[in-house]
Amino acid sequence: MMKPLKTQQRQRLLSAMVLIGFFLLWELACLAFQVSDLVLPRPTQIFLVLFEKMPLLWPHTVQTLYTTLLGFALGVISGVLLGVMVGSSRLAYNVAYPLLVGFSSIPKVAVVPIFVVWFGAGTVPAVLTSMIISIFPVVVNVATGLASTEPEFEDVLKVLGASKRDVLWNVSLPRALPYLFASLKVAITLAFVGTVLSESVAANKGIGNVMMIASGNFDVALVFAGLIILAVMGVLLYALSAYIEHRVTGWAHRKTESMT
Amino acid sequence: MQDTPLIELSQVTVRYGDPDSGTLALTQTSLRIDRGDFVALVGPSGCGKSTILKLVAGLLTASSGGVLLNGREANCKGIGIGLAFQNPTMMPWLTIRENIMIPLKIVEPYRGQYARKKKGEFAEKADAMLARVGLAGFGDKRPWELSGGMLQRASLCRALIHEPQLLLLDEPFGALDSFTREELWDILQQLWMDTGSTVLLVTHDLREAAYLANRVCVMSSRPGRILEDCPVPFPRPRSEETTYQPECVSLIHSLRKQIADARAGEPTQENA
Ligand SMILES: Nc1ncnc2c1ncn2[C@@H]1O[C@H](COP(=O)(O)OP(=O)(O)OP(=O)(O)O)[C@@H](O)[C@H]1O
Ligand SMILES: [Mg+2]
Repeated sequence: MMKPLKTQQRQRLLSAMVLIGFFLLWELACLAFQVSDLVLPRPTQIFLVLFEKMPLLWPHTVQTLYTTLLGFALGVISGVLLGVMVGSSRLAYNVAYPLLVGFSSIPKVAVVPIFVVWFGAGTVPAVLTSMIISIFPVVVNVATGLASTEPEFEDVLKVLGASKRDVLWNVSLPRALPYLFASLKVAITLAFVGTVLSESVAANKGIGNVMMIASGNFDVALVFAGLIILAVMGVLLYALSAYIEHRVTGWAHRKTESMT
Repeated sequence: MQDTPLIELSQVTVRYGDPDSGTLALTQTSLRIDRGDFVALVGPSGCGKSTILKLVAGLLTASSGGVLLNGREANCKGIGIGLAFQNPTMMPWLTIRENIMIPLKIVEPYRGQYARKKKGEFAEKADAMLARVGLAGFGDKRPWELSGGMLQRASLCRALIHEPQLLLLDEPFGALDSFTREELWDILQQLWMDTGSTVLLVTHDLREAAYLANRVCVMSSRPGRILEDCPVPFPRPRSEETTYQPECVSLIHSLRKQIADARAGEPTQENA
């Protein structure tokens, strides 16, 4: 916003060039070393498969996107509620924070079989996995944001006789928003991991399932096509959260404009 | 009711941090302020002036001694308080106008009308106050787009907007040039004379104290207590000229001497 547009455009151009360069190098390396397309297909092959199989892949893409967004939304909502509970009192924060960090280091793969036992294979375990996996960064960040609110800001309201709820709404939550958005960017990418993980273990729909079957059939190009679909969805959703973050919490980023 | 002072500190001790080894900020401080009075608090840096304001505002509880506000325990709830902090804490996620309107969002009777009037009447009120302190047109700016002195003036607006009964000002003009400062003295004096509110002003500027206050309380260096309570008998409205009158100059001189003695660590015996 404050930067001249030229610099921004140049940065975008550079990013695009690096990406194209990467695919070019990949293509050339495969050709030069005569890599078998059972090991590593060339980008042109992958994009061809992607294009040809699109009618087949599209419903699975929609399924994965839907599952991820649902899990992500549930994760964010429960994460914010939990984070507010943990972060709004010093005692709760000191007691629960170490527990949270401990829990978040448990590999979430382990929960997939449990969900399958409880709910059967299909969409439900995928939604739950992506929810569980995206809760933690949100809780931890929201709690940290709330707990690190400057007491000076709270004093401004307390003098006026404000209730705890007033302080929460008018100071702590706005103050914690940048922390929330930072966690959303992490959570949305993790939510994809959760969905695909669960789909590849226990589902008959979704990109994760497609990739699983394709790899069983040694259709490596299709596996990579699935990967590319996932990457594109991930990048788009990341960009969307970054954009919303910039709009909503621009005040917190005025000095790091060039880093977003 | 008529006899209860608005503010009464009796034998207050404040210790920050650890109850035994923490910083002792105030010892045996007693202070009475009647309704409608204008009291200035002066003293060396770090002697506990801001601490007294926080006690009165109910942001801090005394380690021992009593802090009564309107005859009751001070706790932020009793009466309308406007506090301009020493650091103008403007919230960066709000515009200057929104920052100034915070009290209207919290304090009754404005609170109930806030949703309805925030775009109209209240915004106009905030803009009028900004204009009064020379910040017309800055309402839509963010805090970091203003200078330190401008933020201080905005912070003064925030302390005043809900027309509080009790105004606590912590060096509100500290970062201003002398012309702007004197302009604001005049505005503050006028406001006080119009509304009849009670003001407790912390300042390092003795001319400011003599211009504005009915009483000047001098504090000792840390741990602080009130050493001297000097009346300022000059008639109102005072003007800048008042502060150059011989009586006023000699008052300022004697205040200066007391603070110098307090800094040197020897409680002054003069007038005692
Ligand atoms: N939150 C705090 N924690 C610990 N010590 C504090 C705290 N606030 C103030 N103090 C100490 O209490 C003493 C009095 O502080 P206070 O802020 O009341 O001084 P002051 O008279 O307002 O000084 P100044 O004129 O410089 O603003 C100081 O020595 C300071 O070190
Ligand atoms: Mg101070």
